[in-house]
Amino acid sequence: METDLGLWAVPIAMLGGAIRVSTPILFVSLGETLTERSGRINLGLEGTLVFGAMSGYALAVMTGSPWLGVIAAAITGALFGLVHGLICSLPKVNDIAIGIAMMLLGMGLAFYFGKPFIQPVAPDLPAIPLGWWSDLPQVRAALQVNVLFLIGLVAAGVLWWMLKATKIGLTLRVVGDSTDAARALGLTPSLVRTLATAAGGAFAGIGGAYLSLYYPGSWNEGISSGQGLMAVALVIFARWNPIACVGAAMLFGAAGALGPALQTIGVSSGYYLFYAAPYVLTLGVLIATSSPTQALSGAPGELSINK
Amino acid sequence: MTLPKFSRRTFLSTSAALAAGAAFGPLPARAAGGMTVGFIYVGPKDDFGYNQAHAEGAAAVAAMDGVTIVEEENVAETTDVQKSMESMINFDGASLIFPTSFGYFDPHVLEVAPKYPDVRFEHAAGLWTEGMPSNIGSYFGYIGMGQYLNGITAGHMTASKKIGFVAAKPIPQVLLNINSFLLGARAVDPSITCQVIFTGEWSLAVKEAEATNALADAGCDVITCHVDGPKVVMETAAGRGCYICGYHADQSPLAPEKYLTGAEWNWAGVYPKMVQTMLDGGTIPNFLRGGLADGFVKMSPLGPAVTDAARTQFEATKAEIMKGGFQVIKGPLKDNKGNEIAGAGEGFAEDDIRLESMDYLVEGVIGATS
Repeated sequence: METDLGLWAVPIAMLGGAIRVSTPILFVSLGETLTERSGRINLGLEGTLVFGAMSGYALAVMTGSPWLGVIAAAITGALFGLVHGLICSLPKVNDIAIGIAMMLLGMGLAFYFGKPFIQPVAPDLPAIPLGWWSDLPQVRAALQVNVLFLIGLVAAGVLWWMLKATKIGLTLRVVGDSTDAARALGLTPSLVRTLATAAGGAFAGIGGAYLSLYYPGSWNEGISSGQGLMAVALVIFARWNPIACVGAAMLFGAAGALGPALQTIGVSSGYYLFYAAPYVLTLGVLIATSSPTQALSGAPGELSINK
Repeated sequence: MTLPKFSRRTFLSTSAALAAGAAFGPLPARAAGGMTVGFIYVGPKDDFGYNQAHAEGAAAVAAMDGVTIVEEENVAETTDVQKSMESMINFDGASLIFPTSFGYFDPHVLEVAPKYPDVRFEHAAGLWTEGMPSNIGSYFGYIGMGQYLNGITAGHMTASKKIGFVAAKPIPQVLLNINSFLLGARAVDPSITCQVIFTGEWSLAVKEAEATNALADAGCDVITCHVDGPKVVMETAAGRGCYICGYHADQSPLAPEKYLTGAEWNWAGVYPKMVQTMLDGGTIPNFLRGGLADGFVKMSPLGPAVTDAARTQFEATKAEIMKGGFQVIKGPLKDNKGNEIAGAGEGFAEDDIRLESMDYLVEGVIGATS
């Protein structure tokens, strides 16, 4: 039935892992890119991700439609973003502290409301079998591509274009780089930032729906295990560029598949070390691309980490 | 900064309990003359797994006359569990506590138990040894036998002659389960191998899903696991077209067509007996064990996919185990590095204490313990 692939199993598994695992990380990092480009950091996206996973799963269980679940997750995510944005618009409020509070709030609420939904089984989001051309079951399994992953790719392209070439993008960048310049242009920085945070929250909510409705595809309290936080960190890694977010998220997903894949081909000692691969990789790239002489390139000027 | 020897938590809880006592008289649970039993879980109590198995036991205790239960879920294996235990004792009047997770024992139960000599602590997993406080008991079931029976159905149902195991951490109980699963399958066909993947954590949904996919990619077509909540493994494996064998609790509702059988805890049959012992004024043994025959462990009903040949061998072996003295680990047997585990004629019955320090994977298991 199945064929032994030998060493080829590892790259195929990493490709599959990149496609399966990257989607929530991609959505959260896209959302965070949007928010940070406006000059604010929302660390609460881990909470938004978890709440999105819960609300998406709950609605899919109740209505039988996973897509309604995705929409619900996006809406609740936007609400979380809105709350963060509004609170941070008050004078002398630190966005990082509020982000941490929102993260804990989101997780707490998700655990509370999610209690009755741990047992029921929700319908899964559909996947497109892009591996039909191959006879190998491993390749076919790796190329089961979820629709949300494709939407994420398109969204990355659109965001990139929007930031670069549209008036909305320009507004966002001005607000993110200099509050004073934005004011002089007659813009309202706090409004722009609040909307950008809400949009970023919606992205994170959709990422959560992917977790609970496709992969791993069930709601429980440990579903995210910190992916939202990693994704926020990946934004720096991707230099606030939506296209680079795709690469960063896929690299992270592929590195995550390395540990299990190596165990199946017989490299089984030191698996704790392989499980740390994504983090080691991130550290390595950050060190390699850092510069002792200048600040992070591409960082929005108004980010509180730059001040 | 150094503080005098003074525990703020003890002070707070004691003073709060005194204040509550002064305001409302004796606590209701004690006033009723009944008994309050506390249950602490490391995850959600409806996780289709380890915690659900314990919660089913708790529900059976709650149904007893004159017994109230208090439960707390999602308690981390940190000082959080000490706080939970102390609050169950001081505020709810619990006189028997089941801190169910493996990591609660050392140092948390060991630290709290000496402070409350009148309270009984019962911990799942075999960690109590002579010299530890006598108000701690440890109980466990020989669930490896269940994995052996899982292995027998797996051995009949596998077409690729490769079966898979998603394991959390290489502790003795997990290793015994892996070895038993393979040896059960080898009782059907000695050419079967078992691929094991360790995730390193008791509950990590994405990694469990990745591990299951990696097993399916490697050609395994029957998969079981030892993680806290097997739901993700079961659903992912069934989604990849593999047969599944359950663990901890009955997971058949998740994929009824693919579910062969499962090794389940039967705490609902055990906990009420332990509580009854205390109600009758007796003492629960500090060291309590039992297997299929004692009702500590049970098997899920066989699924619709199981063939008649598998059913026959499953039932026959189960009857054999129920008689007692059945040996899963028996010679001649080597580990997967070639070292001898047992010579011809040598064997370990399920209650052999040496099995509780197992540190090897038997020949035929593909994987390493570290």
